[in-house]
Amino acid sequence: MTAAESAGRVLRSGPPPGTTYDVTVIGAGVVGAAVARELARHRGLRIALIDAANDVGEGTSKANTAILHTGFDAVPGSLESRLVREGQRLLAAYAAESGIPVEPVGALLVAWDEEQLAALPTLLDKAVRNGYREARIISPDRLRAREPHLGPGALGALDVPGESIICPWTTTLAYATQAVRGGVDLHLDCRVLRVDPSGGRHELTTSRGALRTRYLVNAAGLHADTVDRLLGHDDFTVTPRRGQLIVFDKFARGLVNHILLPVPTALGKGVLVAPTVYGNVLLGPTAEELDDKTATASTAEGIALLREKGRRILPELLDEEVTAVYAGLRAATEHDDYRVSAHKEQRYVTVGGIRSTGLTASLAIAAHVTELLTATGLDLPAARELPPVRMPNLGEASPRPYRRADLIAADPAYGTIVCHCERVTRGEIRDALAATIPPGSPDGLRRRTRARGGRCQGFHCGAQVRELYEEGGESVSG
Amino acid sequence: MRRERIVDVLIVGAGPAGLATATGLAAAGAGEVEVVDREQEAGGAARHCAHGGFGRLALTGPQYAERWVAAAVGVGAVLRTGVTVTDWPGSLTVDATSTRGLERITARAVVIATGAHERPRGARLVPGTRPAGVYTTGELQRAVHVHGQRIGTRAVVVGAEPVSFTALDTLRRAGVEVAALVTEHPRHQASRSRAAEARLRQGIPLLTDATVAELLGRGRLSGVRLRHRDGRTAYLPCDTVVFTGDFVPDHELARRAGLPLDPGTRGPAVDGAFRTAERGVFAVGNVLHAAEPARVVAREGVAAAVAVRRYLCDGDWPSASVPLRVTAPLGWVAPNRLTPDEPGDGFTLRTTEFVPHPTLAITQDGRSLYRARHRRPAVPNRPFHVPSGWVDRVDARGGAVRIALAGRADPR
Ligand SMILES: Cc1cc2nc3c(=O)[nH]c(=O)nc-3n(C[C@H](O)[C@H](O)[C@H](O)COP(=O)(O)OP(=O)(O)OC[C@H]3O[C@@H](n4cnc5c(N)ncnc54)[C@H](O)[C@@H]3O)c2cc1C
Ligand SMILES: Cc1cc2nc3c(=O)[nH]c(=O)nc-3n(C[C@H](O)[C@H](O)[C@H](O)COP(=O)(O)OP(=O)(O)OC[C@H]3O[C@@H](n4cnc5c(N)ncnc54)[C@H](O)[C@@H]3O)c2cc1C
Repeated sequence: MTAAESAGRVLRSGPPPGTTYDVTVIGAGVVGAAVARELARHRGLRIALIDAANDVGEGTSKANTAILHTGFDAVPGSLESRLVREGQRLLAAYAAESGIPVEPVGALLVAWDEEQLAALPTLLDKAVRNGYREARIISPDRLRAREPHLGPGALGALDVPGESIICPWTTTLAYATQAVRGGVDLHLDCRVLRVDPSGGRHELTTSRGALRTRYLVNAAGLHADTVDRLLGHDDFTVTPRRGQLIVFDKFARGLVNHILLPVPTALGKGVLVAPTVYGNVLLGPTAEELDDKTATASTAEGIALLREKGRRILPELLDEEVTAVYAGLRAATEHDDYRVSAHKEQRYVTVGGIRSTGLTASLAIAAHVTELLTATGLDLPAARELPPVRMPNLGEASPRPYRRADLIAADPAYGTIVCHCERVTRGEIRDALAATIPPGSPDGLRRRTRARGGRCQGFHCGAQVRELYEEGGESVSG
Repeated sequence: MRRERIVDVLIVGAGPAGLATATGLAAAGAGEVEVVDREQEAGGAARHCAHGGFGRLALTGPQYAERWVAAAVGVGAVLRTGVTVTDWPGSLTVDATSTRGLERITARAVVIATGAHERPRGARLVPGTRPAGVYTTGELQRAVHVHGQRIGTRAVVVGAEPVSFTALDTLRRAGVEVAALVTEHPRHQASRSRAAEARLRQGIPLLTDATVAELLGRGRLSGVRLRHRDGRTAYLPCDTVVFTGDFVPDHELARRAGLPLDPGTRGPAVDGAFRTAERGVFAVGNVLHAAEPARVVAREGVAAAVAVRRYLCDGDWPSASVPLRVTAPLGWVAPNRLTPDEPGDGFTLRTTEFVPHPTLAITQDGRSLYRARHRRPAVPNRPFHVPSGWVDRVDARGGAVRIALAGRADPR
């Protein structure tokens, strides 16, 4: 049996296997995982997906605003515009099939002054040029009827009904799971330090030893420029643009029905208020140009700014309890578009500058990258459909296990709630620990189940969740 | 697929408050009294407070909890653990999940006794990275006393109120050195002997007028940055930080029931007989005033049992009550509604600042109801009591009753 006919391995230690992979994808974020999954559809390829972190989605992919964009406001004619538009359709369909929570709540781009109001027709026109025709300008009365808790002074809005909210964690995990089941080897805790050519192959020096591959895809997110330089390219520089966000408790969910977007300015897309599929409300993100690619800390200034903006948009939001504060880094570059390029002679594709839309565009990026790989000479066997994955439901729009009598009757572990704030059952925790890609930390377990992610952040369940993680971790690795 | 059941009284939460209520009701023959708790073991927060000092006999928390469990079961209350009340579909009907499946329980009276938790780091808006090693006292106590987990080597404790000092004990038990206690207030808020013990015998410095401005470290906490009131900052290396105090009621169920909350306590608004705004629904314990000691909530439970029983017998429910409001630096008052002609048992208040000899002024529509200078200082995070002798002067049809400190402007 060839490697591609059986499931791949998930390895967190030891040297990579001595065999040569056909394709190696650096970076197991949402983009790299999507690429690996797409490649896995072509039976017979030996594929590796590698990441420096101890889990999939540990980079930017775990910390964003979780919106499935229509791309209505992209730069018309850009690669990003096309891939976001295509990716949106692909991911919406994929999510429905895999059980990734999505809620089509729609967005309202709210104008708070005359200048912003005057900008709406231009944005409407831009949406049309991006192939999005469902947007409409609505009056302040209609706006208020649809968002009764909005702060005073809104003058109107652009209604973008196609915008949705999605679960970013399940998305990355679904891609990676399907890839591994389809034969991809996932190497975690495996940082690429050097890339050397060696007789028609790449020899990767990683923190776990040497790994050989014929073709290489660089989906290293914030570090895509660094990896690109390892191969001798100097096409772009990633400047991390930090976005801090505040997550409000579930009781805030009743205050907002849509994604409330600001009218974009020269400084960026601005601060939004959006529901999450977990039933919380997000306020953010900030946009701060930094030079430290590890600067994912929140700051007092960032939090203060968000609260000030949030108070204007949805005054009652500020009275609700805060569940968490976090920050993500967008992989911005000096260019106004994605930086996806193929280097035929090197059998190498760079996927850089996937700024603030990579979650939405991921499946379209993967298809695009696969085409580019073919153009660089990779011989792709015919594609097959991978067996579908069914992800555990983290969303509140359909019943979670604790609300399902059928599941509990079949297995009482789904009737034992461990994390009370998020209603996570022992059955779900057990399943996550025994899954194709087990979590690499209690935080990874949180992203798979929500355990310890609620308003008390572990006051009630933290110690028990840690215990289950440690026991489960032993039985999985042992 | 929901099993439908009917009981006389359903009590949600088997902490000291819920268990004391159940004991009182079952002992008085109030019919079928059922207590449910989402934890596998009954006893509430007291269960993981291994230290002594609970109740009049100064038992340990688990002993104290045990005593109430035995009392409730002994008089015939039905106690079910591992049962989480998840929803509130009707006025006296709740939905629950357990290993036995889904249930819908309807009762003649429902008592919410769901307790409280400490605000974690995020809710306190403490900036920085998100490393491991960040606790609340509750999580720390469970980790050490219930699960025997390793904590770390060097900790900073945020807060200097009584619960902060119990965190010190737990850390010591877990072999963790404590670098400092940090409080935003100018003084600690515990007993003198406890504070002296920590400072003199254990050598733990108390840093006052200081807040945690940032958490540092990736993967694991590496330290905290402190900011003093005068703007100076300091770096304290540590791998563990415990955020203590700053309790908030576990009010989820109350909100799902649509009960109005008090803006100060953030628990359901109740009158002196523990009645919420919804007929037949009572609330008791730390869900009303986070957090009071176990003996206080148990005493409340005993009183609540009398009130619930009276309701079961005569079905009377006051049609109106007058809200109580506090003015800063007072933070909250509980109970926070007045039912005329029911003096109740007095009131518990919190202040957010130290006030050496507070003069309390209680008014309604500008009319003075009570004014008295208290000999004892008002201390943040400590209860401050007001008797109820003035309640009969409240006008049932008047506006909100206001409690303020004299000499402070009422910003109304
Ligand atoms: C605040 C914010 C809000 C956003 N909102 C949205 C949104 O609403 N909708 C949307 O579609 N998109 C959004 N995005 C964008 C989206 O999150 C990103 O485009 C996407 O996650 C990028 O995925 P990635 O796989 O390219 O990068 P990453 O997730 O960062 O993955 C890159 C991976 O490469 C690994 N790596 C790096 N260097 C090496 C090396 N040398 N060796 C091995 N591994 C390495 C890293 O460990 C990392 O896991 C937002 C982003 C931010 C920051
Ligand atoms: C860290 C800490 C230290 C303390 N130290 C002391 C001390 O030294 N001395 C002292 O006297 N007191 C101390 N206390 C306070 C004492 O523990 C509390 O006063 C007492 O436990 C409160 O009782 P309660 O019944 O109101 O709430 P809890 O004891 O909190 O009980 C509430 C119960 O409700 C259950 N519950 C909540 N929601 C649901 C639901 N939806 N469905 C089912 N069940 C639910 C919970 O599982 C819990 O068991 C401490 C508390 C804490 C947290």
